[in-house]
Amino acid sequence: MALGATEPLPALANDLRRRVIDVLWRTQAGHPGGSLSPAEIVAALYFGVMRIDPADPSWEARDRFILSKGHAAPIYYVALQRRGYFDEELFETYDEIDSCIQAHPDPHTPGVDMASGSLGQGLSAGVGMALGARLKGLPSRVFVLLGDGELQEGQVWEAVMSAAKFGLDNLVAIIDDNRVQLTGDTCSTMPVEPIAAKWRAFNWHVLEIDGHDPDAVVRACDEAAATRGLPTVIIARTVKGKGVSFMENTCAWHSAAVTDDVRERALAELGAGEVGSR
Amino acid sequence: MTGMISQREAFGDALVELGAVNDRVVVIDADLASSTKVDKFAAAYPERFFQVGVAEQNMMGIAAGLATMGFVPFTSTFACFATTRVADQIRASIAQPHLPVIAMGAYSGLIVGKVGKTHQAIEDIALMRALPGMTVLAPGDGVETRRAVLAAADLGGPIYLRLTRDPCPTVFDDTYRFEIGRAVVVREGGDVSIVTTGQMVSRAVEAAAALAAESIQAHILHVPTVKPLDREAVVAAAERTGLVVTAEEHSIIGGLGGAVAETLGEHRPTPMRRVGIADVFGESAPNDDLLEKYGLTSGHIVQAARALLAARRAGTAATV
Repeated sequence: MALGATEPLPALANDLRRRVIDVLWRTQAGHPGGSLSPAEIVAALYFGVMRIDPADPSWEARDRFILSKGHAAPIYYVALQRRGYFDEELFETYDEIDSCIQAHPDPHTPGVDMASGSLGQGLSAGVGMALGARLKGLPSRVFVLLGDGELQEGQVWEAVMSAAKFGLDNLVAIIDDNRVQLTGDTCSTMPVEPIAAKWRAFNWHVLEIDGHDPDAVVRACDEAAATRGLPTVIIARTVKGKGVSFMENTCAWHSAAVTDDVRERALAELGAGEVGSR
Repeated sequence: MTGMISQREAFGDALVELGAVNDRVVVIDADLASSTKVDKFAAAYPERFFQVGVAEQNMMGIAAGLATMGFVPFTSTFACFATTRVADQIRASIAQPHLPVIAMGAYSGLIVGKVGKTHQAIEDIALMRALPGMTVLAPGDGVETRRAVLAAADLGGPIYLRLTRDPCPTVFDDTYRFEIGRAVVVREGGDVSIVTTGQMVSRAVEAAAALAAESIQAHILHVPTVKPLDREAVVAAAERTGLVVTAEEHSIIGGLGGAVAETLGEHRPTPMRRVGIADVFGESAPNDDLLEKYGLTSGHIVQAARALLAARRAGTAATV
């Protein structure tokens, strides 16, 4: 059983996907593809890895999470909700005036540690958090989830350089490597490969996993914890739109409204069971 | 005015003083520590000093992350790189979550040591002032710089702290009380009001002396906090004389002059002249030549005051 849940991580990830579809259907806006691809990653972090206390969101010694690819906010929110940070009814206010649940992450949402949405900025904040945790002598680890398309932002590499310089072994970057971005495939839009070689050259500990295997995510995070003196990046190979066949591997569903019909077809495909590994 | 001290020296010393009493203060530098004088803090508190190299965007993000962990980060770079270079990092990672990061911009204005327009921040106030929740401080001398640094650490929100490079005349004495958001009357007078920010205050004091020799009594209101603007003080200064000259080492667009014009336009329409840099970039040249060419000397303030007074006498003040 996953931490704080009553079901195994694969089933939990599938449940998060169903909730993502519902949230997106309700708001008729948002980003389905990139919200579905990191479901196992987010499920593993929030239900298998991170030391957090939903009853005390500002517990100083907690682990931190930054969704640097902030447009995947729906998967973040449904995980926070299922983990117990807020009631499901709050989703009725999603994207509405005065709601604390906004299209892109904001610290006003219970459980959100850092604002994001302007791509390329999350890892820098993660470096700051990791430095701060070390300076305070806290056991906190910092997890930052980036998209592969996001690696095109120059600031990411400034942050990558600095995390290695500071030897931040309490910092873990996870790349949701779904290989598709807004206008097309990442490899044709602006190639970011070879991702592993690049991070290795920047003096990071590099792990490559199947991003749809939540146990692999947990194991990689454990290995990162055991790695001293340098930060770890987990390159998680994923499928954009994972679990909904017509959303998979296409930029068409990077951002598009989930209509009644789409919702029905998506939920039918997602069923109640788990989604198979890539 | 007693002596000359550079704001960056005062800043470096004040940070060391602050670091001794506040262990939450940390400094992040983008390879300019010896210029911005945060090298003093680095020497005093090496564990709270982070060198990130020539990477200002990352510096701002790291500062944001440290702020979420309960620290009060000061970032160190030149004013141009602290604002235009990192506008979105300040906006999205610092201002939107309203984190207590103090973005220090050294070498603002035209006097940047003969390095020219790339390094002359003349639109930084305008840019930072437009960000919701951002406090914009531009101290007038070394004394005020020290007070601003000490006050900034306790504000609890994002601050742009605009400083200058070269020694400038000390205007305030040790009894001076600084408060974020409060403007201060530097000289009483009934004929024309001069509203200043940054080190233009000393040039305004010189201008007032020159005007006094012509029996014109200038009223000087110094505005170290450009945002939030001390509206009552600005309106009072306008009511005092009915004529306002603003003076800043910044573009006439969007800075102090813009802020004062917006405020007076809505609350107390008053004939104005803005002394500042016209809508042009600067160049590399000796300090005095720059100030003369771009219209930032005490003489330019005097001319603006005379022009307003002459227009009023001629009954055309509203159209000068």
